[in-house]
Amino acid sequence: MAAQTVASTTDSAAGTSVDLGPAAALSCRECGHRVPLGSVFACEECFGPLEIAYDFSAYDTEELRKRIEAGPANIWRYAPLLPVPADVATKPNINPGWTKLVQADNLARELGVDAGKLFVKDDSGNPTHSFKDRVVAQAIEAARAFGFTTLSCSSTGNLAGAVGAAAARAGFRSCVFIPHDLEQGKVVMAAVYGGDLVGIEGNYDDVNRFCSELIGDPAGEGWGFVNVNLRPYYAEGSKTLAYEICEQLGWRLPDQIVVPIASGSQLTKIDKGLQELIKLGLVEDKPYRIFGAQAEGCSPVSTAYKAGHDVVRPQKPNTIAKSLAIGNPADGPYVLDIARRTGGAVEDVTDEQVVDAIKLLARTEGIFAETAGGVTVGVTRKLVESGALDPSLTTVVLNTGDGLKTLDAVAGTGMTATIRPSLDSFREAGLA
Amino acid sequence: MSVTVRIPTILRTYTGGQAEVNAEGATLGEVIEDLEKNHTGIAARVLDDQGKLRRFVNVYVNDDDVRFEQGLGTATPDGAGVSIIPAVAGG
Repeated sequence: MAAQTVASTTDSAAGTSVDLGPAAALSCRECGHRVPLGSVFACEECFGPLEIAYDFSAYDTEELRKRIEAGPANIWRYAPLLPVPADVATKPNINPGWTKLVQADNLARELGVDAGKLFVKDDSGNPTHSFKDRVVAQAIEAARAFGFTTLSCSSTGNLAGAVGAAAARAGFRSCVFIPHDLEQGKVVMAAVYGGDLVGIEGNYDDVNRFCSELIGDPAGEGWGFVNVNLRPYYAEGSKTLAYEICEQLGWRLPDQIVVPIASGSQLTKIDKGLQELIKLGLVEDKPYRIFGAQAEGCSPVSTAYKAGHDVVRPQKPNTIAKSLAIGNPADGPYVLDIARRTGGAVEDVTDEQVVDAIKLLARTEGIFAETAGGVTVGVTRKLVESGALDPSLTTVVLNTGDGLKTLDAVAGTGMTATIRPSLDSFREAGLA
Repeated sequence: MSVTVRIPTILRTYTGGQAEVNAEGATLGEVIEDLEKNHTGIAARVLDDQGKLRRFVNVYVNDDDVRFEQGLGTATPDGAGVSIIPAVAGG
């Protein structure tokens, strides 16, 4: 087994030594300025996003591959590539990941993709039924390392549930903030874990602004906001989607991936994960394309992409895809960079197309996606029709959440017929 | 016009640790100029080499994101609250 390089770094804010495995420092994505590991998220020089810089130098490729394959059936099989301590699997956490990669031949036929080439990465199988469990699991470990006892976040719903569940299991207090008008399913799924759930009169961007101000105020002192002051660690959880997809394809890069865009963090970290696997020699280097998917009613990134801009102008969201309704996406500029660098694209679909795509995925593959999954499937259809996505290449479409969370979107779906409990009535209904 | 400016944690080294400071100016651009007079170095953290707001800085005048308004030309009425916030949050 390869020796793991463990960086023990001093958290300048807390004055304590932290063990976060191969994480060596925080580095600004914009200007490269480096700071020690700590609960900071924006560069003091240019306000750019801080992200984890790793030391993977001690790894032998084949030993690392064997170690991963022998690991648990969750994201901790990739612990050597994440900002977590080596013994992370022994700590109380929600242990998400290793969700199904479904070969979607029925959907492929409907979309005009070649047989055996289309896959759905179905992250509705996570503990709280969305991909957010991956990122929260990382944030829990950082919160533990930095000594936080209260977990918080701004959320469009899925994250609130993931934080509530993880906090309950790991023994943290939680207090999370959501727009007051979220889908009932998401409110219940966040509240049931017993933490504080606070509705803010405003949209997600208002909630996010509130949390960013709370973090600099004595009222929020000592709180770990998973997607604010713990964001560099939290965001790394999305890399595990890339790792899993490649391992499940037999340690191969997919040719094309369709990823939903809210803040854009997930897409940028999937790209980072793929690049790491290439550099580590775990997959053969070859071109891949990353496509971003948005709902038309909140499409700041696809609008910028289509206009040829490299800055993203914020929008006021108005879409049923509330989990993607971030009008001012923090990682939007990086999504544009990645889509252009890889030869992908960013596209959007109407709410009606989102609903049609949810039903299409359900009736072809037996997967009930939340609205974000409708966005990726709908965008995939549009990309195939426009010729932007090559139907002869291996393509992975992400479903990031469970349809039970957004039942309102398909509220018109119901019983085929109501009959008396008799055979005559059954025959009369024309169902025989 | 006198306004109150909320300073994010990463800029408080320029304000002696203060989370809120007062500044003068009829527009956001003038407010930042005035901040610079009293807290040397702060403007270069908020503005890029071309004198535009850095892309990872959000600024609000009262409750309005200035990118939806007139950017640095956004009016700052007497008594307004200006918030400078790192943009790399959320998601």
